[in-house]
Amino acid sequence: MSKPPSSRGFGERLQHWLPRLVLSPSFVLVLFFVYGFILWTTYISFSNSGMLPDYTWAGTRQWSRLWSSWTWGIALHNIWVFGLLYIVTCTALGLLLAILLDQRIRAEGTLRTIYLYPMALSFIVTGTAWQWFLNPGLGLERTMHSLGWESFSFNWLIDANMAIYTVVIAAVWQATGFIMAMFLAGLRGIDGEMIKAAQIDGAPAWKIYLRIIIPQLRPVFLSAIVVLAHLAIKSFDLIVAMTGGGPGNATAVPATFMYSYAFSRNEMGIASASAVFMLAVIAALIIPYLYSELRESRS
Amino acid sequence: MSAGSIVARRNTFTRALLYAVLAVFAILYLMPLYVMLVTSFKPLEEIHQGNMLALPSDWTFAPWREAWGSACIGLECSGVHGYFFNSIKIVVPAVLISGLLGAFNGYVLTKWRFRGHKIVFGLILFSCFIPFQIVLLPMARVLGILHIANSTTGLVLVHIVYGIGFTTLFFRNFYESFPDELVRAAKLDGAGFFTIFFRILLPASIPIIVVTIIWQFTNVWNDFLFGVSFTSGDSAPITVALNNLVNSSTGVKAYNVNMAAAMVAAVPTLIVYILAGKYFLRGLMSGSVKG
Repeated sequence: MSKPPSSRGFGERLQHWLPRLVLSPSFVLVLFFVYGFILWTTYISFSNSGMLPDYTWAGTRQWSRLWSSWTWGIALHNIWVFGLLYIVTCTALGLLLAILLDQRIRAEGTLRTIYLYPMALSFIVTGTAWQWFLNPGLGLERTMHSLGWESFSFNWLIDANMAIYTVVIAAVWQATGFIMAMFLAGLRGIDGEMIKAAQIDGAPAWKIYLRIIIPQLRPVFLSAIVVLAHLAIKSFDLIVAMTGGGPGNATAVPATFMYSYAFSRNEMGIASASAVFMLAVIAALIIPYLYSELRESRS
Repeated sequence: MSAGSIVARRNTFTRALLYAVLAVFAILYLMPLYVMLVTSFKPLEEIHQGNMLALPSDWTFAPWREAWGSACIGLECSGVHGYFFNSIKIVVPAVLISGLLGAFNGYVLTKWRFRGHKIVFGLILFSCFIPFQIVLLPMARVLGILHIANSTTGLVLVHIVYGIGFTTLFFRNFYESFPDELVRAAKLDGAGFFTIFFRILLPASIPIIVVTIIWQFTNVWNDFLFGVSFTSGDSAPITVALNNLVNSSTGVKAYNVNMAAAMVAAVPTLIVYILAGKYFLRGLMSGSVKG
C-alpha cells in the first residue's frame, strides 16, 4: 500500500481499491440505516411532528411533553426497578451457579445445557409460558391448592404493584444461564498459583473465593453488567407478551412507551424523543465499554 | 488450572448438598418448558380442573393440530403454519446475506487494512448495540417508499442491515487470529483478493460460519420488535402471530392451543440449540466479550 495507486496498472489499482469496494456496501448500509436514521429521529424529536413528519423546528417542545408525561414517569421508574433487580439477581445467581458447577461436577455438560436453554427461546415464548405459569386462576396458585396448600396465593401478574416483578422473574430465568457461562469461562481462566498458596496456608474455601477468586473476576462482572443493562433497556418483547404493559400502565417501560406513541397514538415527536433518550443512555454505557475492549485487544 | 475443587472434595455431605442444589435449579429451569409441553397435550376441561404439573390423563394432539392449522389469529382462522413459513422465508435470505457480508467485512478489516479501518469497524460494531426504537420510525417510512412495507421482503432487508454488525464482529475476531503469514505468502505468489478469501480463509472458517449462522438464525427467528412494527396480517412472522393468538381478548382462552403454538415457535431454535449448543454459546460469548 506504499506506492501511490496512479503509478500502477489498472489491475493493480483494482487490487488496491477492491477491499474498500467490497466493504463499501455494508458501510453505506450502516451509515444510512443506522447513523442517518439516528440523525433523522433526533431531528424529529425537536420538530412539530405528530401523525406525519413535520420538519418545522419546535425546540424542546416534544421533550418537555415527554418529561411531563405521567406514563413516561412510570416507564422510567419501572426500568430502574426492573433493570436493577434483573442485573443484581442474574449476576448473583449466575456467579453462584458457576461456582457450584466449577467443583468437578459429574454431569456438568448436561446441567450447563439445562441452565442455558432459555436463552435460545424467543422472549415471546418465554412470556407466553410464564404468563400461563403464573396465571392467578389456573397456574401455580391453583396447582398449589390442588396439592393441598389451600392458603397459597400468588396474583402478582394482575396486581399493578407487583406485576413488574413477574417480568423480572421471567427475565432472570431466561438470562441467568448465559451469565453463568460467562462466569464459568472466567473461573476456568484464573491463575491457580495464588489459590494453591492460600490452600497451603489453610485458608477456608469461602475465604479463598471472597478474597482471591471473585476479585479476579472483575472483568467478567463488568461484561455481565454491561450486557444485562443493555438487554434491560431494550426489553420490549417480554413485557408485551407477559403483561402487555399492564395492568393499566403498571409495567410500561421506555421501549413499550416508544412503541405505543409511535404506532398507536401517532405522536412521532414524543416517540422520537423517548427513543433518543434510550439511545443516549445505552451509548453512555456501551461506548466506553467498547472503547476499552478494543483498546485491550490492540495491545 | 481452575478454581474448582476447592470446596471440600472429600466431604460426602457437602458433595451431596452441592448436587442437590444444582438439581433443584435444574428442575426450576426445566419447569416452564415441562408445563408448556404437558399443557399442550391436555384437553381444556382437564386444564380447568387444576394442577398444571400433572401429566395429561387424556393425551390429545388436538391442541397442536388446532394451533398449526385452525386457530384464529385476528380474523384469519388457519393457525400459525402460514406465519411459521413466513419466518422461514425471512430467516433464510437474511442469515445468508448478512453472513456473507460479515465474512467479507471481517476479511477486509483484518487482512486488507486501510487507513481508518478501526473507525469503520467501530461504527459498524456500535450498530449492534443501538436500541432499535431509534430506527423504527424512519425505517417504516423507507420501507413504505421502497414499496416493501408489510412484507417479508421488507423484514429481510431490515434483518440484513441490523445483522451486519454482529456478523462483521464474529468474522473480524476470527480472522484476527488467522496467521497473516499465510495471506502474505499467497499475495507474494500473486494470488488476488478473492482467490485468497475463497481458497485460504473460507475453508478454514467453518467454525465461525456455524457460529454466525446459529446466532443470526436465533436472533432473526426470535425477533418480535421489527415484525410487529413493520408487518401485520398475513406477512407477520411467527412471534407476532403467537403474541396475537395468546393476547387477543376475544373468546375463551384455549391455554392448550396457546402452549402448542408457543412450542411451534420455540422448536426450531431449541433444536438448533440442542444440536449445536457449543456454537450457540460461542456466539453469545463473542457478542459480549470481544477479542
